[in-house]
Amino acid sequence: MDRTILGLLAILAAFLAGSLLLPSWAVSLATVALAKALVILGLLVLLRAGLVPFGQALFFALGAYGAGMALREAGSGDVVAGLFAGTAAAASAAVLLGFLMARYREIFFAMLSLAFSMLLYGLLVKNAALGGTDGFNVPAPTFLGWAPSPATARRVLLAVAAALAIGCHAAIHVYLRSTMGRLATAIRDNEIRVEYLGASVQRAIHVKFAIAGTLAGMGGVLTAFSAGHIDPGMSYWTASGEFVFVTVMGGAGSVLAPIAGSFLFEIVRTYAVEYAPQAWQAVVGAVLLVIILVLPGGLWSLFQRRRGTQPP
Amino acid sequence: MTALLSAAGLNKSFGAVVAARDVHVDVAAGETIGVIGANGAGKTTFVNMVTGYLKPTSGTIRFAGEDVTRLPPRAIVRRGIGRSFQIPQVFGTMTAVENVLVALGVADARGLSPWRPFARPDVVGHARATLERFGIAAHGDSEARLLPQGVRKLLDVAIATVRRPRLLLLDEPTSGISAEEKFAVMETLMQALRAGQVTVLFVEHDMQIVGRYAGRVIAFYDGTVIADGPPDRVLDDADVRRHVIGEAHGRARP
Repeated sequence: MDRTILGLLAILAAFLAGSLLLPSWAVSLATVALAKALVILGLLVLLRAGLVPFGQALFFALGAYGAGMALREAGSGDVVAGLFAGTAAAASAAVLLGFLMARYREIFFAMLSLAFSMLLYGLLVKNAALGGTDGFNVPAPTFLGWAPSPATARRVLLAVAAALAIGCHAAIHVYLRSTMGRLATAIRDNEIRVEYLGASVQRAIHVKFAIAGTLAGMGGVLTAFSAGHIDPGMSYWTASGEFVFVTVMGGAGSVLAPIAGSFLFEIVRTYAVEYAPQAWQAVVGAVLLVIILVLPGGLWSLFQRRRGTQPP
Repeated sequence: MTALLSAAGLNKSFGAVVAARDVHVDVAAGETIGVIGANGAGKTTFVNMVTGYLKPTSGTIRFAGEDVTRLPPRAIVRRGIGRSFQIPQVFGTMTAVENVLVALGVADARGLSPWRPFARPDVVGHARATLERFGIAAHGDSEARLLPQGVRKLLDVAIATVRRPRLLLLDEPTSGISAEEKFAVMETLMQALRAGQVTVLFVEHDMQIVGRYAGRVIAFYDGTVIADGPPDRVLDDADVRRHVIGEAHGRARP
């Protein structure tokens, strides 16, 4: 079997073991890191085509609010139902906005995406029914009718997040190896030739945008359950910036990079906030600076032996 | 006999600049046509209109009986017209083999499935065989942006032939290549294309190459066709000698 898939299975096994053995603070950190790895995985799909959305938090927040509102309506805390509701909300928004976004490239693509995310932020902040700037709480997670104690529920949530995230990473790995996936590099290199081979560049980008939005929505739902709370900050531009930051930090070489990047970021942030609460952003910024200077291809280039070519 | 390609009354203007005026061109299956004309005479505009890159201001283009005048490039390509470019349009960061693999994947109805691997052994073999036909198999594993111009030009044509087009338009296949290499490149090209029995229309400035490979020559001047027929007649035509050969090369024809 493929080495990346084997690596993903090993990571899954480690997380499942971790869901039983880790201390509770680490359980939350791991869940959030996995949730955000999903968002970054989506950004990787777009980055391969040369597109960087500066407003991906739009779908992250839509996933969280979609799940939160559906569950509040139903008076339930079911994780499966929340995942379906939130992911569907983000996915349909991504499909819809994709019709517009697929027409733009480069800075225009980035800024349009940012504009949509800030639009959502503005709407959420003004909406009293959704708690305005305070947001609202998400019920304690239950699993298809099973309602374990909150401490156990957190551990089960990590296991669910691990299964889901690893499954998505494996699926995207297979996708990136297909012609559809490799079309991203072709589009980045030369759109005219792609059209003259008989493929629609706009449709390919639309599909990639929809995939990225769906993954971001899923990540938003998991983050909402893990934090137990939702607020408009999830859609703010700094959240989008953080996703781009971690994507660059991880690199676009492999689907393992988003997991590695997301973890390193959560760990650095946790310790930076702990030891330098007034200056944690400066610490995180310094880490990115060092990575860009030392490893221009992202963390992943540490593991890459072949140079010059992009592995599938 | 019905024409494979039939362009009738094509006009194209960009503001006040007229790039094509009342262009009529019929192409029969199996022909090899050389298109000549000074820079700005409307040769590339014609190629761009036929392949959907530019929409004519007026006029119609029919291919195999079907009106394709306002179709986008990908729809025209799917109907069986391929093209190469004066500046080769290849995927720079991918290897030559990967360039062909993209073309093969896009051409294959199942190739665009999100699950089928891009580089399956059988398709890679097919891709290498394609490069072999164009004499550039030795460059298969080099990134396209690092290839010499002549090889890139051949690669550009090679990926355009993957869909087995019935009509192939080559925009200056030997431009940017040294004089010594020109004939070698053209020879390789024509051999590979003849094996596939494709109808070829090529734009060319070198009259020796036109005289050697074209079965018919179309001369453009100031946006319109001024001569169309067998090479000796067109290359001997007084207007062509004054407007095309004289201006383009400042010397008598070969």
